[in-house]
Amino acid sequence: MSGFLEANLPYILAGISVGGQYALIAIGYTMVYGILRLINFAHGDVFMVAGLVMVYTSASMPMVLAIPVVILATVILGFAIERVAYMPLRSAPRMSVMISAIGVSYLLQNCALYFTGGLPKVYPEIPLLSNSVTIFGATTKVVTLITPVITLVLVIALVTFINKTKLGMAMRAVSKDFETSQLMGIRINNVISATFMIGCFLAAIGSLLYFSNYTSVIPTSGGMPGLKAFVAAVFGGIGSIPGAVIGAFVIGICENIIKGMGLTTFSDAFTFVLLIVILLVKPTGIFGEKATDKV
Amino acid sequence: MLTEKKDKTGLFIGAVCLAVLYVFLILLDNVIPQNSFTLLLVPVLKKGAIYSLVCVSMNLLNGFTGLFSLGQAGFMMLGGYAYAIFSIPKDQHAAVYQYFDGGLIQFSIPEALSNVLGESAGAIIGSIICIMIAGIVAAAFAALIGIPVLRLKSDYLAIATLGFAEILRAIFQWSGLGPITNGSNLLRKYTSLSAIKIGSLKLATFFPFFIAGISIALIVLLINSSYGRAFKAIRDDEIAAEAMGINLFRHKMLSFVISSFFAGVGGALLAMFQTTIQATPFKSAMTYELLLIVVIGGIGSISGSCIGAFLFIACNEWWLRFLDNGSFMGMSVPFFRDGFRKVVFSVIIMVIVLFFSKGIMGDREISFAGLARRIRGSKPSGGKEAPAK
Amino acid sequence: MSRPVVLSLENITMQFGGVVAINNLSMEIPEGNITALIGPNGAGKTTAFNCITGVYQPTNGIVRFMDKVIVASHPTGKDLKNYKGWNADAYAGMKIIDPTPDQITRLGIARTFQNIRLWKSMTVFENVLTAKHMRAKQNVFSATFRANAKEEKRMRDETMALLEEQGLDRFRDELATSLPYGLQRRLEIARALATDPKLLLLDEPAAGMNPQETLELSEFIKQIRDKYGLTILLIEHHMDLVMGIADYIYVIDFGSEIAQGLPAEIQSNRKVIDAYLGVSEDE
Repeated sequence: MSGFLEANLPYILAGISVGGQYALIAIGYTMVYGILRLINFAHGDVFMVAGLVMVYTSASMPMVLAIPVVILATVILGFAIERVAYMPLRSAPRMSVMISAIGVSYLLQNCALYFTGGLPKVYPEIPLLSNSVTIFGATTKVVTLITPVITLVLVIALVTFINKTKLGMAMRAVSKDFETSQLMGIRINNVISATFMIGCFLAAIGSLLYFSNYTSVIPTSGGMPGLKAFVAAVFGGIGSIPGAVIGAFVIGICENIIKGMGLTTFSDAFTFVLLIVILLVKPTGIFGEKATDKV
Repeated sequence: MLTEKKDKTGLFIGAVCLAVLYVFLILLDNVIPQNSFTLLLVPVLKKGAIYSLVCVSMNLLNGFTGLFSLGQAGFMMLGGYAYAIFSIPKDQHAAVYQYFDGGLIQFSIPEALSNVLGESAGAIIGSIICIMIAGIVAAAFAALIGIPVLRLKSDYLAIATLGFAEILRAIFQWSGLGPITNGSNLLRKYTSLSAIKIGSLKLATFFPFFIAGISIALIVLLINSSYGRAFKAIRDDEIAAEAMGINLFRHKMLSFVISSFFAGVGGALLAMFQTTIQATPFKSAMTYELLLIVVIGGIGSISGSCIGAFLFIACNEWWLRFLDNGSFMGMSVPFFRDGFRKVVFSVIIMVIVLFFSKGIMGDREISFAGLARRIRGSKPSGGKEAPAK
Repeated sequence: MSRPVVLSLENITMQFGGVVAINNLSMEIPEGNITALIGPNGAGKTTAFNCITGVYQPTNGIVRFMDKVIVASHPTGKDLKNYKGWNADAYAGMKIIDPTPDQITRLGIARTFQNIRLWKSMTVFENVLTAKHMRAKQNVFSATFRANAKEEKRMRDETMALLEEQGLDRFRDELATSLPYGLQRRLEIARALATDPKLLLLDEPAAGMNPQETLELSEFIKQIRDKYGLTILLIEHHMDLVMGIADYIYVIDFGSEIAQGLPAEIQSNRKVIDAYLGVSEDE
């Protein structure tokens, strides 16, 4: 056992770190799905855009300024996407909204391609995060250790927000019953916007942590982490924030252990196998509530 | 009985149009001299025909059966690979599979047939057989994948199919499968479109139109049959369909397998067109593009998908090229550089999705019967061709 | 006098989470009868339909159709622990039979829906024609290649005959959802008839109809029963209709049967009147 742990410690550490980053993206998926029943295909690309914005801002301003600017820009982007691409389709069939989400994803990727010229952009070193440390004989970056801490703090803050504030209560109400909440005088559009903005805020922080581990950002960087975070959200039970976080850690750790076994090709495949298995065995995820369709 | 007569006229006009088109394509390959215009036109036509087929097959699934599947690129890749693997000539294996000892499969169907039937007949029949194999491989995978996936509801189905396509792509690039798929290297030297000719009569442009035409015709026949109606019933109301005795799983599976078969055929044609094939481009972005073409054309319209495909390809490869070249009518424009075309494109698509969600055709079809009536000057009776939705 | 029983429910219980929607419901429906299932809103009538037609798997109990067990269930595992209904182990040894709705329809049980579920992109004609798909003698290849044109023609002819008989032939090329409400209900019945049922389940066929239409509907229901040799089970709120055509009535409230009998008996049943009008605590 201890032998296994020793050999795999770097992978487990990396897994916990990646898991935390996935968790921050997954929350965006799960909250939006909880309220709009929409897989926001563009969320992964928002995450990528946050990475690119960091590349450009850090080149032109000090890091202390660049980080808030990145977060702000991402939140505004999320707000704008919701207002432009999803709000007009509120009463349209679900397939139309999903197609719109795919359209936004396509647009963001193409814009990124245009601005970067298709070249990988080198991600800046964020002081502190990118430093190396040695723990239990394994060398890693500070970001690996700090990610789970940041993730947990943010999740606790978010859960408190949702349970204690008026806006949080409105979010819960809307996700339970869209029409009735509207009748009860909840300003649906504000609640939805707030949901997108929170999701994007977390995605921006996730992107700061995630890309610190990698060297560069390309226009398709958002795709895979986005899909995996979505799977994490499904695994935990879509609509459930703790579920999404646990799902994200499970996926992050498992895929890194698989990588550690030298099966990198299958580390992505694993995520989707997990998705299929969970959907067949327990379609509502670990923490999801059972819903029966009315006939 | 009146309608039947009109249908016959429509059919006749349709057949004539098709014949004219096919003759034109043959002329284009053989008689009309190459110039800068045809050099742009011919590839657009070929690729447009291939994309038409793939989009129609996607429409069968997404538009007519109401299954939101995003695995199309994966099935195309399967088809393309299956085609290429079975048609690489024997003596080219060492060169193509240079990192994998010449590969595992050591025969080529077109080559084997050429030895028996002569070169051109062998190439044509051999490649048609390989195309069939491509379809069957894609269909078989769809049947396997469908067993778990088709039990899922709308958006979960989308994610699961997307996921499967990504897994397939990863596995095809895995060096463990190298002797078959050549790992992450190109497959090449297989029978391409330029090998399709009878004697000196070149059929390179005719051939994709011919295969795509037959395939689309089959899909149209299917959609207008009892099974097609069952598919539409599932799309409109699953619960009612089930209550009327339509087995959901069986029919969804049927639609999924048939759609994937034709996606595989489309993939094979794409491989023939490109002359090389590699797993990398078959990512989710490709499926997104196909889906957006279907939306532009109109979800639930076969002719819409075809129009959408030709428009998309023409804009992408030809009409909007100037956006990438940095100059417009001789003037240099500051924003125009590599990638700008795709940005403009995505914006157009978003506008269509948001403001013209019915696309070009909605769920109507171009009907030659309706055309015939219009030509004769009598008013169209509405009803069948243009159901107001 | 005693006719063979076409459909029988035995101790059907349906529990959703902690809520018992149907509790120990038993019914017997003889051949050729029109049986009504009535009760206040939320009594569990539609749930009973859904248990018969395979939409839900009942938690406990069995359903027989023409002397054959078509649905059988008993609570297991977690469901058994939370089970609140009766007869938890009455069928414990039995093999669970949980058919899909299409299998039930194939056996000869057709239904309509409370909230009309016509296929909205299809015309009136196509709606009925599509319901014939189940019994069509063709496979996907023969259908695509038009190998069996006779079969297709037979389906179309039968559909047309059915529409003519229902007085819907005038609307054959209209979109089903563009019909007036009453005709949509009738089209739903025609569509159900197209599956060649022996037993027809009608879920509130008169909902939203005026008295005149309701009267016409009762005549119509009797007509199709006689013409097709059907047995009919219906859920209805219009008491005029129920009392006018039902041979036998079951009344349920909060998922349990509170009365059964001939229409005249039900009309004077104290419990039924209380259930419908509500009863004050101190009475």
